[in-house]
Amino acid sequence: MRIFKSRPARAITAAVAVGLIATGCSSERDADNESSGKKDTFVFAGAGDPGSLDPALASDGETFRVTRQAFEALLEHESGGTKLVGGLAETWSSNDQGTVWTFNLRKNVKFHDGEAFNAAAVCANYDHWFNWKGTYQSSAVSYYWQTIMGGFAKNEDEETPEANYKSCTAKDENTAVIEVKKPSANLPGGFSLQALAIHSPKALKEYEKEEATAKGDAITYPKYSQEAGTVAGTGPYKITKWNKGNKEVSLTRFDDYWGEKAKIKNLVFRTIDTEEGRRQALQAGDIDGYDLVAPADVKTLEDQGYVVPTRGVFNLFYVGMSQEANKALKKKEVRQAIAQAIDKENLVKTQLPEGGKVADQFMPDTIAGYSKNVKKYPFDTAASKSLLKKAGEEKLKVEFCYPTEVTRPYMPAPQDLFELMKADLEKAGITVTPKAMKWAPDYIDATEAGSCDLHMLGWTGDFNDGFNFIGTWFAGYDKQWGFKDKKVFDAVNAGSKLGKAEERTAAYEKANEAIMEYLPGVPISSSPPAIAFAKNVNPPNVSPLTQEVFSETSFK
Amino acid sequence: MLRLVVRRLLQLIPTLLGLSVLLFLWLDRLPGGPASAILGEKATDADVARINRALGLDQPVYVQYWRFLKRIFQGDLGTSVQTGQPVWDEFVLRFPATVELSLLAMIMAVVVGIPLGYLAARKRGGWVDIGAVSGSLVGICIPVFFLGLVIKEILAVKLGFFPSYGRMDTGINATDVTGFAVLDGILTGEFDASWDALHHLILPAVTLASIPLAVIVRMTRASVLEVQDEDYVRTAESKGLKRSIVRGRHVLRNALLPVVTSVGLLTGSLLSGAVLTESVFSFNGIGNFVKTSIDGRDYPVLVGFIMFIAMVYVLINLLVDVAYSIIDPRVRVH
Amino acid sequence: MSVATKTDKIQRLAELTAGSETSTGASLWREALGRLKTSKMAIIGAVIIAAFVVVAIVGPFLAPHSPSAQIWRGEVFPNKGEFVGARGENWFGLDHLGRDLFSRMLVGARQTLLVGIVATLIGLVAGFVIGIVSGAAATLGGETGQRVDSVIMRFIDMMLALPSLLLAVSIAAVMGQSLTTVMIAVGVVQVPVFARLLRGAMLVQGGADYVLAAQSLGVRKRRIVLSQILPNSLSPVIVQATLSLATAIIEAAALSYLGLGNPDPAIPEWGVMLAQAQRFFSYAPMMGVYPAVGIIITALGFTLLGEAMREALDPKLKG
Repeated sequence: MRIFKSRPARAITAAVAVGLIATGCSSERDADNESSGKKDTFVFAGAGDPGSLDPALASDGETFRVTRQAFEALLEHESGGTKLVGGLAETWSSNDQGTVWTFNLRKNVKFHDGEAFNAAAVCANYDHWFNWKGTYQSSAVSYYWQTIMGGFAKNEDEETPEANYKSCTAKDENTAVIEVKKPSANLPGGFSLQALAIHSPKALKEYEKEEATAKGDAITYPKYSQEAGTVAGTGPYKITKWNKGNKEVSLTRFDDYWGEKAKIKNLVFRTIDTEEGRRQALQAGDIDGYDLVAPADVKTLEDQGYVVPTRGVFNLFYVGMSQEANKALKKKEVRQAIAQAIDKENLVKTQLPEGGKVADQFMPDTIAGYSKNVKKYPFDTAASKSLLKKAGEEKLKVEFCYPTEVTRPYMPAPQDLFELMKADLEKAGITVTPKAMKWAPDYIDATEAGSCDLHMLGWTGDFNDGFNFIGTWFAGYDKQWGFKDKKVFDAVNAGSKLGKAEERTAAYEKANEAIMEYLPGVPISSSPPAIAFAKNVNPPNVSPLTQEVFSETSFK
Repeated sequence: MLRLVVRRLLQLIPTLLGLSVLLFLWLDRLPGGPASAILGEKATDADVARINRALGLDQPVYVQYWRFLKRIFQGDLGTSVQTGQPVWDEFVLRFPATVELSLLAMIMAVVVGIPLGYLAARKRGGWVDIGAVSGSLVGICIPVFFLGLVIKEILAVKLGFFPSYGRMDTGINATDVTGFAVLDGILTGEFDASWDALHHLILPAVTLASIPLAVIVRMTRASVLEVQDEDYVRTAESKGLKRSIVRGRHVLRNALLPVVTSVGLLTGSLLSGAVLTESVFSFNGIGNFVKTSIDGRDYPVLVGFIMFIAMVYVLINLLVDVAYSIIDPRVRVH
Repeated sequence: MSVATKTDKIQRLAELTAGSETSTGASLWREALGRLKTSKMAIIGAVIIAAFVVVAIVGPFLAPHSPSAQIWRGEVFPNKGEFVGARGENWFGLDHLGRDLFSRMLVGARQTLLVGIVATLIGLVAGFVIGIVSGAAATLGGETGQRVDSVIMRFIDMMLALPSLLLAVSIAAVMGQSLTTVMIAVGVVQVPVFARLLRGAMLVQGGADYVLAAQSLGVRKRRIVLSQILPNSLSPVIVQATLSLATAIIEAAALSYLGLGNPDPAIPEWGVMLAQAQRFFSYAPMMGVYPAVGIIITALGFTLLGEAMREALDPKLKG
């Protein structure tokens, strides 16, 4: 938690600046600073390039990892945890229905471009997003805005959801009030999203001069989001350069930061797209840390003395079933037989990195709403066989889809996981036809359309609200699952309409019990995406939400 | 000569048009749009449909083709789904890297391959010959990605002689002039940047050079063997000409002709070998970009790349013919 | 294999028969066979191929364990980098899911050979048809024939211009992932090679004296093509087919590396095994080395035999 009040720090800044010049900062090269004693550049490798420097246009972790260092939202999760705490708002409250949200903003906060942070700036951001037009309304660009706040002032496509956002008013310099039309399970969690982080109003004006275009067959991101210079937030680092040729984004400490200043002066994010590549780069000393460590490497790196902190779990890996693709799956016995045929323990023991857990419901145990009383379906091949017999499906044949050339935080090696589960199902007498597909768009589209009998997929939570998990799948009829069950749907939706957190938690617990009683699919495991650092690094608090703040990092 | 060049360039147009029609028919058979590529498991059916409509992907294929043609004539190759940036910009960004890599690989292959092939032919049946021939056979038979993997594991990871990935170290703040990292360093006097870029190039270049090297060794050897039995060589020898002159002027020069052709053609084909090599070394060139485009189904990039490769191939063929007619005036190009 | 090597070989091969215009196909082959018998390259190649074929046929019966059952899966921990190497029970050790690697290698030979042969056959048959049509049109079809030929050749050149890997990937993208796709994708890449080769050889033969003689005697065109030109143009095609087997096996491995291989990795195939092993290369290098060496040696066998055949057919090239 960062509760430091910002102090006028000019004197310190000046002193630091003079000091830096005195110690010979004139050289632009950072490569030789290892020899000059103290390292002042921290290099961290991700698996993919960021899509844009404006988090509002993004929906992927690689982008947010970078922008999180430079942009802050009204609310944040506590460092290393899943609890909501104040970010740019020190405190917040809502009316009983959860439709009027009042934020008491932090004082003395400055944007990277020198602008002052205040209630008007907050409203400028929300109104900027609300008034998006054209391609910005495409869900590939404004996914999170649409998830949290619905549509726009003027929806241009009939399928765009109706706007839930009503207004933002600056009650006074440091109080912003955001009103929505209907209560939503996505609030207040949504206020913490990087996609809704606050930008400088001056930068927003620049943004508005450009537009994202959609000509031809893809969406072109606006130019301001593709090079450093225009974007400006309030975070501990400011983005100084995006070298696309060398796949690196450079950031420098923001000396007017309101909270605790970054401990290392320069921060560089590089892209190395393979797991081995990242590991080898760390071992070779080219980088100081990297994310998405292959499970096989975790122990090796630990043994070699690297710092490999274990994250909490915040995702869920499951086997989905489409009852419309294969009618046999309509029988509960068959679904249960599949659930009991899979040896989840072995899978977690041999495939997932340290800290991986067996899942028994569609929610990891770190989320409020996780129930201890769900019905369990333990691994038991014999029981599975007799269930199939009972259902008259002894010769059950299923098509099982899996994705290729992809790893997800919840699914480190899809093909291996698939092979293990296939062998388990075959032991129970089920004939499995494997179907491999490219992750995007083939696999995603096929699973969304429910065209595979069985498939494997997962979800990483955006914030700590149970609806963010179960609501994604079971709030109503969904082609992915192909079933209608009022009891399940009602139980899932019950929580989302409640204003109070405790009431919601209780409702989600009930919902989890209803879901597992019905058993629409098999929750398999939760897996912490592993992260590793060089031996001389004091790592930041690692976050289950993968929301590390690198200003906490330092060299030993 | 000029007429030849013009005619060849004109021939390029129907080839590219035909290619683009085929590509479009192919694209039409493929499912999906950018929504699922960008949103992953977060994409819903509605998202996919909405985005496809916004981009006009729901329209009949001939409408899309017409739009595509219009765009191409405006010099617009489309936009990458992965990066949301114009395909052309992405190519310009990465092309120099691949050219550098291919050039270095080709230089290695030529510098090692021609002398080795020549030696093998001169000392036919000797250990150099046996080594060169069997080495080149293995070179052709070893899967490129496996070779890269082994070289990387041993020389970069275990021994640490070379960097294991990328184009440059972090913190080498090189000034970007042409995009060719090695050249830029020389132009701006930042020699450490040049050296760093070169250091990163070596392992991928060795990997990429394996096949052209093998081909060049074998071609040179076969060609020298053929030429040294020719009448004019025998005549020259029996005339009592100095051995070095016979070898240099008669044997080597004539033997190199077919080798030159294949060097030109091989250079073009290196671009496709780069797909595997660059991906093994996480080298940010066109090849790696194409590999991630394959994984992410980034069709605009693939279409652009294929058109581009076809163009390069035709141009290189043209260059080879021109070079040929300069080296050997007897060869009439038509 | 690269475009250049392809074109190079096509040109060379097509020219081969030029030197033997007068001799009939049969005697050419007899002569070549004689030379083959004394060629070390040919003998080594043939021995390798024979061994490979034997393993492919009897391997599944010799395999000590099931190649797809995860018998020892509790003993291997890919998430900790703990693998089981060679030991008494498992001569080659275990793979990442606790399967016997030796059995997988043995059984995998059959699948690998099958992919190579079917792919080559696909390329051969399709290329053959295109080549005959084009070659016949060019030699005997008069002006229209030459136009037909040039259209076909433009198309073939276009196919050659595409990097073979991309072509294969495109095909796999349209057809979905399956073993059939791999075979077709690898096979299609060979089509232009065979087509150009056969056409080239037929063009050379078309100008030969005996064809002119037959034409002036009024022999029907179809007969000239089928009974005169074609048999004499076959030898380079057979040589190329042998060489293509090597290429097909290597390219199938590359497709697996790009994630487009057989969707059921439980069925062993060397290319898929190699692609899977690369993730664990730092921990269990042998897991990758076995299939890699298998692929290299097999490809080498076919290349050696093919090259030896080519040299035997072309006395100039012997060495």
